[in-house]
Amino acid sequence: MDIYLPVAGLSVNALMITALGGVVGLLSGMVGVGGGFLTTPILIFYGIPPAVAVASSTTQITGTSVSGMLAHRRRRGVDYRMGAVLVAGGTFGSLAGGGLFRLLQNSGQIDTVIALLYVVLLGSIGTLMAKEAATALDIIKPKPNAKPRRRHNPLIAVLPLRWRFYQSGLYISPLAPFALGFLSGMLTVLLGVGGGFIIVPAMIYLLGMSTTVVVGTSLMQILFVTAATTLVHATTTKSVDIVLAVLLLLGSVVGAQFGARFAQKVKPELLRMVLAIIVLAVAFRMALGLGWRPPEIYMIDSL
Amino acid sequence: MRLLRALAFLLIAPLVLGASEPKLVPDVSQREIEIRYSFTGAELLLFGAILYPGGRVPTDRVDVAVVVKGPVQPILVREKQKVAGIWMNVESERFRSAPSFYAVASSRPVSELVDERFAAIYELGLQNLQLSPGAGATPEERRRFEAGLIELQQRHQLYKEDPNGVEITDGVLYRARINIPARVQVGNYTAETFLIRDGRVIAAAVREIRIEKLGFERFVAEAADRWSLLYGVVAVAISLFLGWAASAIFRRG
Repeated sequence: MDIYLPVAGLSVNALMITALGGVVGLLSGMVGVGGGFLTTPILIFYGIPPAVAVASSTTQITGTSVSGMLAHRRRRGVDYRMGAVLVAGGTFGSLAGGGLFRLLQNSGQIDTVIALLYVVLLGSIGTLMAKEAATALDIIKPKPNAKPRRRHNPLIAVLPLRWRFYQSGLYISPLAPFALGFLSGMLTVLLGVGGGFIIVPAMIYLLGMSTTVVVGTSLMQILFVTAATTLVHATTTKSVDIVLAVLLLLGSVVGAQFGARFAQKVKPELLRMVLAIIVLAVAFRMALGLGWRPPEIYMIDSL
Repeated sequence: MRLLRALAFLLIAPLVLGASEPKLVPDVSQREIEIRYSFTGAELLLFGAILYPGGRVPTDRVDVAVVVKGPVQPILVREKQKVAGIWMNVESERFRSAPSFYAVASSRPVSELVDERFAAIYELGLQNLQLSPGAGATPEERRRFEAGLIELQQRHQLYKEDPNGVEITDGVLYRARINIPARVQVGNYTAETFLIRDGRVIAAAVREIRIEKLGFERFVAEAADRWSLLYGVVAVAISLFLGWAASAIFRRG
């Protein structure tokens, strides 16, 4: 069933796109990631213009993170104060990212930068996840404990203006989460990802947040920042395709619900291993795309 | 460009007015192509009749060429090169008047029909497009980018050349099929028909075709462009609603 995307200006198979949304939703329900890192590259491989792929998958992530955030709210798993600081940082980050996106678009380097960032980010995070999951699954032996981990990173402890974040169990400067939010907001605009795969580890290992509120708070940040990013894209690049976003959403919101149920029946380490393999596969495919001679050497920008 | 057009008109004018030369009565299957929700492209049929003075079909061969052209626009063509192991855009070249769509079909290869000068005047054939490249580049660079542009557009089915695409029946009726892909730009298109004999264009006629988004598709595209903030707000609202609805339904079930 072909459907014409009014903003992208081409026709896609509606069932394929909804199925893609469904698979990504399933994953995000199971492992608690937004799944934008999968949607955007696959849409680009499918032939959707990169700007439209990035912008529309951002819109989709907003929808997917709603139900997760609601579930965590019921369990009081959201630190609103921390969330607000992250959202503030993320909003500024998405505005700055919007400017950068335009600049890169005008110089013709946006596609290369998107692909490079994907390779670097997904490659390193996939490797870390695979290692961690393999250790948990007893596939590789953990190294004999080298150094006891410090709860507070010294770089963050020196920042001035400390606030209390009761639910996170922290007394730190809001500048640290603000900077974290800013970075992930920029990534959201550039890559069409929620940034959960950066924020969650950073919250645990850099900020030292209490793990019970990490996922809920990161979902709150993703929800608001992707919403802000959709607005940034809608007004600057004008590449949000509402039809594409709805097709993706129809699949992903349902998939996420099934994923959440399925997750309770499977070992979480196994899930993380599967996710790590998928992440590495996407990174590998992106790297190949950069290094191999592309089928199309030329491209056209309208002036 | 404009000069060429004027010259072309001067060349045709006496021929069209003269009573001793044949006349073209062209038509197209669709004056308007509507882009709707399941648009996967359209097939355009260009057909018509050649009217000879006195109604007698002459014995010497006549040929017909048809050209469908989309809105002309200024573009920037970028060329990828390998830099430090990575393929990235390096050089670029401006073209001030590249048609967004161009299809030519003829009853014989264009090179056999007219000489280069006429081909350039009427923009007959992919090699004869008047793209108006920027002033800075050397002729070789210009040719390289032109070839790149044409190849890319051919790949996307936006430029095409069919040397045997026009069928002439009994020297009087002609027909040609041209496929319009889903990726076309909206706007005013022209369908030109040329009657050619002995390397000269002896009659020409133009029909206009409008390609536009209609209904919902038009509404969405216009909203995204004109009321972009509101459009963004609506997009966010829809995604929030769908996310909430799915979780509400599943919680009950």
